[in-house]
Amino acid sequence: MNNFSYAKASTVDQAISHIDGDIRNKIVAGGTNINDLLRYFITKADKLVDINSITENNSIIRLDNGGIRLGALHTNADTAYDPIIEERYPLLSKAILAGASAQIRNMATNGGNLMQRTRCYYFYDINTPCNKRDPGSGCSAISGYNRIHAILGQSENCIAVFPSDMCVALAALNATVNISSPEGERVLAFAEFHRLPADTPNIDNNLKHGEVITSIDLPAQGFEKNYSYLKLRDRSSYSFALVSVATGFEIENNVIKEARIALGGVAHKPWRILEAEDFLKDKQPTRENFSAVADLILRGAKGYEHNMFKIDLAKRAIIRNCFMALNPESQRPGAKPSL
Amino acid sequence: MTKLPSIGKPVSRLEGRLKVTGSAKYAGEYEAADLLYGYVVNSTITKGKIAVIDTTDAKALEGVIEVFTHENRPSTAWFDFQYADMDAPPGTVFKPLKDNEIKYNGQPIALVVAETFEMARYAAIKIKVAYIEEEFETDLESNINQARDPKKGLASMLKPPPPKPKGNFEEAYQNSFVRSSGEFKHGTEHHNPMEMFATTVLYEGKNKLKIYDKTQGTINSQMYVANVFGLKMKNVQVIAPSVGGAFGSGLRPQYQLFMAVMASLHLKRNVRVTLDRAQMYTFGHRPPTLQSVKFGADENGKVNAIFHKAIGETSQFEDYVEVVVNWANMLYPAENTLLEHKLVPLDVYSPLDMRAPGGSTGMHAIEITMDDLAYRLNIDPVELRLINYSETDKSSDKKYSSKELKKCYLQAAEKFGWNKRNPEPGSMKRGNKLVGYGMATGIWDANRLLARAQAIMTSDGKVEIKSAVTDIGTGTLTIMTQIASDELGLPIDEITFSYADSAMPFAPIQGGSFTVATVGPAVKAACKALNKKLFKKAKNIQDSVLSAARFEDVIFNEGFIFLKNNPELKISVAEILEANDGKEIKTTNTSMPNPLVYGKKARAVHSAVFVEVEVDQELGIIEVKRAVTAVAAGKIINPKTAESQILGGMIWGISKTLHEERILDNRFGKYMNANLAEYHIPVHADIHELDVIFVEEEDYFVNDLGVKGIGEIGIVGMPPAIANAIFHATGKRIYDLPIHFDKLL
Repeated sequence: MNNFSYAKASTVDQAISHIDGDIRNKIVAGGTNINDLLRYFITKADKLVDINSITENNSIIRLDNGGIRLGALHTNADTAYDPIIEERYPLLSKAILAGASAQIRNMATNGGNLMQRTRCYYFYDINTPCNKRDPGSGCSAISGYNRIHAILGQSENCIAVFPSDMCVALAALNATVNISSPEGERVLAFAEFHRLPADTPNIDNNLKHGEVITSIDLPAQGFEKNYSYLKLRDRSSYSFALVSVATGFEIENNVIKEARIALGGVAHKPWRILEAEDFLKDKQPTRENFSAVADLILRGAKGYEHNMFKIDLAKRAIIRNCFMALNPESQRPGAKPSL
Repeated sequence: MTKLPSIGKPVSRLEGRLKVTGSAKYAGEYEAADLLYGYVVNSTITKGKIAVIDTTDAKALEGVIEVFTHENRPSTAWFDFQYADMDAPPGTVFKPLKDNEIKYNGQPIALVVAETFEMARYAAIKIKVAYIEEEFETDLESNINQARDPKKGLASMLKPPPPKPKGNFEEAYQNSFVRSSGEFKHGTEHHNPMEMFATTVLYEGKNKLKIYDKTQGTINSQMYVANVFGLKMKNVQVIAPSVGGAFGSGLRPQYQLFMAVMASLHLKRNVRVTLDRAQMYTFGHRPPTLQSVKFGADENGKVNAIFHKAIGETSQFEDYVEVVVNWANMLYPAENTLLEHKLVPLDVYSPLDMRAPGGSTGMHAIEITMDDLAYRLNIDPVELRLINYSETDKSSDKKYSSKELKKCYLQAAEKFGWNKRNPEPGSMKRGNKLVGYGMATGIWDANRLLARAQAIMTSDGKVEIKSAVTDIGTGTLTIMTQIASDELGLPIDEITFSYADSAMPFAPIQGGSFTVATVGPAVKAACKALNKKLFKKAKNIQDSVLSAARFEDVIFNEGFIFLKNNPELKISVAEILEANDGKEIKTTNTSMPNPLVYGKKARAVHSAVFVEVEVDQELGIIEVKRAVTAVAAGKIINPKTAESQILGGMIWGISKTLHEERILDNRFGKYMNANLAEYHIPVHADIHELDVIFVEEEDYFVNDLGVKGIGEIGIVGMPPAIANAIFHATGKRIYDLPIHFDKLL
């Protein structure tokens, strides 16, 4: 870790002025990822701006439109166990609880969850080439050990995946991200927040430097009757998804009125195909339809030496999770498969 | 008056409270005046030379005392043998900072010493290194054409090479009624005990050191330091009071010991060097191994032909070997065998013993092959083992000193409910899940070496026992106290077992499951000798009621010596001590196996393991729902600590089978997942119902306590039992480790 100075902000405005649009100044909230990034020399900071004392963004509040606002500084654990979230957005609660470990969830914040960086081994090793860390140096993962890497939306420059579970549910729920910047407030749709790697894998998302996430809004529709989060991984806790699926259905008389399906662990951002979701509209919840929707979501998927299995696995996971969403009470701790 | 034995009681760990409350001190936690802290810098290339190492900026930082590199390393011993420790394989021991040559990725190349750990670590990044890189090879599979016979050395004593071929394997195999063959491979497994390696050296003036080291052998570390740095043995005291797990990693001195001692001697200061988690991946490991197995059997299931070949990784400087291919014929008495073990030297650090080294590797291949044979013969897998059961180790033609493996099979099968198994693969289901039952056998050596122990009775009638042996978390302290308690007839709270100090009587490194069988008899012998001294003094008391008694006629209990057939006649220990003018009574004794008879029988500990898995039919996710292990290991001194040993082994077996995977990128020659987030071991949610049975086994041939070791046996049978259960569930025979769920899609 390099030496850095430390500043404490107690309002959003103070945080913005401490950052001052300077790329060398970084925000720390829960610190569960930036700590690693600093220790491994991935992120270099001249100044760390601690925003944990800001009180305006650390709660969950009801919105007039029937939705909910998640404070950016509210912790992942407090969010997952909040009675409103458990009751109205159980998909979000389950997804959060499938992530990291209890200790990390206690520290990690909602805003920080969006900002976490990939867990690609090569990204974390400064002695190997990586376009995300060192643009232009090459991608070690494409012809390296790529079991955990992307099958969708990747580029020849980067096949890293975005590691969050929470964000997969937020994507499925059509959340929006509220941002404060030196120019004022702005709102980004969740789908617009994270980016695909393309030619600039070093840029994870569309938050500009100097801006601060203040909260995340959930619309009223929470799919609390038919939802499921499924996470497939190499151990039952404290490991990242090889494939995860967040599914929400609105069903009337055995007909799907609305469907949301987002994938994690397969791309540089939570993966949603709106056309696929539309396909399920006014259809019956059958294996055949679930299989067809999986094919639509996975169209164009491409694997590598060690992650080819993810294409088939993702299809199976989508189908299973559709059935699990029909029986949400069957879900198991840790988002293990059920039924 | 009956003597209540302590042996056989589930006594809780005597140091348990200290450990769970955080009061137990480990090697890296000892305080010292003006302590300096060292941080090791590791090579970022795999092979080549250091062209330039520039420490100017690091040294210029305030608080940095010195930076040691190959350029300014103080001189140390010249000859290779002076670096050899008790577990050194044949070859040339790695010498830290010897010269500018890089032999493997992560090799220590510098030590920064500073006034704080943080400053040392910070200064480390200011060191600039320029390398001249050379071509390297780290991939076992693409280098099997380099495979050769291992060199022999002292290590061959406990790790015998494969027995010579017997009969005619090829002919017997070709003529067999059924044949089974398989190719097996597993990758490197890394040592990750909870406590990372650390050494605190107290400089006591005039080249005299007191060293707190994480080790499995205080005398091993003492000898290494004395030899390498040219110190007198009596001026080097090594203490290792608490060891937070070691599992073989502490059988050899690790490089932080060298570094800390070097810095302390040179700076004449107290120095601590601790490794971080990533550095735990820069020394010995379980070697990746390729195995080839062919078994042939007759129509009754009798195995008559065994071929087992292993090709293991080693470094370019030492020939690390383990016993991989010898086990099949120790269990199954085939007349025709062909057993081979080869090594491929690669640009890695030397492999190192890890729990059941070789045994867990070889038995994985052997017991999967037996399961496959059972299917080909349409014979129940347990039945097939019973058909091939032998009271004799066919590989040496020696009878086992004891072997209650049959009881293990039967008791574990009963507890598990093996009779509910439908042998047809894929036939048992639970909802969406395929259910599989699998079983396997485990075997490990029951060895014993030489050890000494001292018993001292102080004027208050309490007894202190001393031994240099460590307690690596296995319960040694508790068990040795129990052994002394029974021999002396004293309650355990009147006995102090002092240990893990090189100044105490000799004990070998704590490994190979031989500690209780080695140190236990020495403790018993010292206690018996103490009793004899007490008895002699008792007889000499004026008008002694025991004056005519022989030692065989008395028993020791609760501070008295009683005449066995007339307990009214007794003398109190207090009286004896008073007659001894309050002086302490002490004795030091040596205990070792009788070389004339010890080799005449085969000695082993056995286990039978039964496992139930659930496999998600569509998604492949594997869960080990239940496992039962029955162990025949002679007398169990403490069922509680013993059960912990077996449970730990079983959990590691699950880890090794389903979770642990080193990611070695051969383009860079390095492990890419050198941390516990990405190098997976199981979490609580991966572990379900585990049961342990100790079957009755009487064996006073192995030693006079009747104990065999249990440190390794818990892991041995788990990987094949899980793989066999997965086959039963899915019909898929997976030969490699780890078994990731996507292999079942």
